[in-house]
Amino acid sequence: MDEVKLSQMDPRALKATSVQASDEDSSATPQALRITAASSNPAMFTLPWHKPLVQWPAELLANLPRGISRHVVRFVHVGDEVYAMKEITQSVAEREYELLRRLQKLELPTVSPVAVVTGRRSPAGEPLEAILVTRHLKFSLPYRALFARNLRPDTAERLIDALAVLMVRLHLMGFYWGDVSLSNVLFLRDADSFAAFLVDAETGDLHANLTNGQREYDIDLARTNIIGELMDLNSGNLLPAEVDEVEVGNRLAERYHSLWSALTDVDSFSPNEMWKIEQRVNKLNELGFDVDELEMKTDTDGNRVLVRPRVVDAGYASRKLLRLTGLDVQENQARRLLNDLDAYRASTWRQGEDLEIVATDWMREMFEPTARMIPQEYRSQIQPAQFFHEILTHRWYLAEKAGHDIPMAEAVESYIEKVLPQYKLDAQAMEDINSEADAGVVDDDATYYNPEDDPDAAVWSS
Amino acid sequence: MAEVVFEHVTRIYPGNDKPSVDDLNLEIKDGEFLVLVGPSGCGKSTTLRMLAGLEEVNKGRILIGGKDVTTMQPKDRDIAMVFQNYALYPHMTVADNMGFALKIAGTPKDEIRKRVEKAAEILDLAEYLDRKPKALSGGQRQRVAMGRAIVREPKVFLMDEPLSNLDAKLRVQTRTQIAALQRQLGVTTLYVTHDQTEALTMGDRIAVIKLGLLQQVGRPTELYDRPANVFVAGFIGSPSMNLNVHPVVNGQAKIGDDTISLPADAVNKLTAEDNGKIVLGFRPEDASLATPTDADAFSLKVVNVEDLGSDGYIYGHILTDDSSAEQSTMMSDQNKMTTVRVSPRELPGVGDTVKIHIDPAKMHLFAPSSELRLN
Repeated sequence: MDEVKLSQMDPRALKATSVQASDEDSSATPQALRITAASSNPAMFTLPWHKPLVQWPAELLANLPRGISRHVVRFVHVGDEVYAMKEITQSVAEREYELLRRLQKLELPTVSPVAVVTGRRSPAGEPLEAILVTRHLKFSLPYRALFARNLRPDTAERLIDALAVLMVRLHLMGFYWGDVSLSNVLFLRDADSFAAFLVDAETGDLHANLTNGQREYDIDLARTNIIGELMDLNSGNLLPAEVDEVEVGNRLAERYHSLWSALTDVDSFSPNEMWKIEQRVNKLNELGFDVDELEMKTDTDGNRVLVRPRVVDAGYASRKLLRLTGLDVQENQARRLLNDLDAYRASTWRQGEDLEIVATDWMREMFEPTARMIPQEYRSQIQPAQFFHEILTHRWYLAEKAGHDIPMAEAVESYIEKVLPQYKLDAQAMEDINSEADAGVVDDDATYYNPEDDPDAAVWSS
Repeated sequence: MAEVVFEHVTRIYPGNDKPSVDDLNLEIKDGEFLVLVGPSGCGKSTTLRMLAGLEEVNKGRILIGGKDVTTMQPKDRDIAMVFQNYALYPHMTVADNMGFALKIAGTPKDEIRKRVEKAAEILDLAEYLDRKPKALSGGQRQRVAMGRAIVREPKVFLMDEPLSNLDAKLRVQTRTQIAALQRQLGVTTLYVTHDQTEALTMGDRIAVIKLGLLQQVGRPTELYDRPANVFVAGFIGSPSMNLNVHPVVNGQAKIGDDTISLPADAVNKLTAEDNGKIVLGFRPEDASLATPTDADAFSLKVVNVEDLGSDGYIYGHILTDDSSAEQSTMMSDQNKMTTVRVSPRELPGVGDTVKIHIDPAKMHLFAPSSELRLN
């Protein structure tokens, strides 16, 4: 579209976040390539859409670890960004795109949808499947990449805790997942924990409220899938020996239920125990949730007060840190940085001052100089807030060992030398992960129609 | 034995005043493959989800194998939802990929092996049991994924549009496989689809549902040959049935300037509410070209013809007052034109006017007021 036409368009249309022709039958396969996108990236038009994704040239691909999926998935450089591309049928792609957009509007932790590409054809005119494009979540890793490194033995448990939080948040907003598994999640480091993001919404559905049956089904399926995924790691000798797969799977159900009840149960107490409301709110804050609305009522004889949080928002600490410093980080990272900010205020004798002002100085004197010390080669692999958190931890260990305080600069140097290299996924591990991912793909057309490949399929289906 | 019974089952979503599923009575016999088919939003998926325990039932009850499961949790119902997004686990053997859920459930080892071997036999995977997925073709991997559901030996399989994430070629192949597999296993199955071709080709019986109301249940040929109402008549079959409202004059249907004989017992069932009209339907293959002098035939102005080699199709408008009603020339929407299947050797030219005779034994007659079948 040229400039003249753009200026003539309704300004509301220019600001639209989704563009789609509505007068076409959306179920029909378009004859020409069509890109439905939330925002335009001109580089999208230069990609080899006429080729099946498995045949895309290596120079376009970003070498990042992929999770297992039944579909063909690739990470592709598009301009300055990296997009995840998934080859699926048009109806499924369009549905998942819309669903991901709605989840984003609800501010839920999911990957963000970029586009649906339909009407793809090979040069010979053969129709190709649609592609769903999402933005690659920076610094994130699939669970298999986490297990490919030397990790703490409790990694599996920490991943499960993150997944339980994600499920509760999705369920609170009425999202039924239908296919919960570690494979359908990406993990971001979050201080000593992980934060989980939904990456696959194919089987999901948004409802006003979920039934217990829907929640229980999600939990039960999650448990089965997690145990299966861990058993698989175990078969590949990738799971620490002390991990009991079934126990880890059961942990998900326990963590989910305890968080769900903390967030939704009705408290009952007498009218002279109103301090219990504050106690409840504090407990929710500790769990990382803000209470936006409380529902309070008295029972029929007025002797008991019934209190239930009606609206809870995740990200209590991360919102506070964002307000103070402009840093947008995960919840536990935020908590750690807020603690350090408090310590900084105390050590500089500024308890009486506005926290906002102290925070500005803390950013300038503490956080930013440290973040600038991340070596270039690791800048795409570790978030500044995570780096800062790990330096603090490392510094504490060094001090404990030495018996006295260690200067920040020394701690950073030691951390970069001794700990940071563990972040690098070596080339061999990356190759293993991606070839494993390919081995699990079910929907790759290319492997279906060669009769020599699979003589039995033909016999069997006849 | 596990038959499934829906007894007066109703589901009203919160905030809706109309039920999404309204007083459903349906029985799926033990071992039967029942396809629930209808347009989007008709309540078919809601019905399946109520059976799965994912949706609450507001009224009525659901029984599996004689046991009331209406309020039971999904995992206690002994059902299997087939074809979620199964990917395969790369480090596990085919046997472990199929049997791991049984291991979690604490099934004894030899029992797992027995069931896995049985499933592998059926899926023609027996010789691959100790291989890893990497050594399998796409088709074999797909079957391993199916095997995962089979080894659980549930009372009921539930499949909600399982082919929707496959491309067109694979869909046809997998359709055949699922139907064959279900017959071999003999597990009671509820299959939900919007695609009437899937319904006709796969189901032992088909239940057609529209706006939450069950329209008709029967074997594919019953639905095709004797649709109970206008909706089923138009929904089942491709290309779809020709359906038009015509005035009834002296016991005959007036089609354009021509008249067609109607069976007297059907005409007698018309009431005052039908305003002297009748809905006449016939399938494209149940009509033929007639001679210009044939008394029991109507005139059709040919708008388009298709030669498919084995069959020929005539698309046209019914003639009135010697001029065809050409105001609706939407070529893509077959419903607006009359379609007749003939031998490709007999195809007329575009613009010709031909006489069409309807096989009186294959005529479908409905009352315009109730839309119910008359003959």
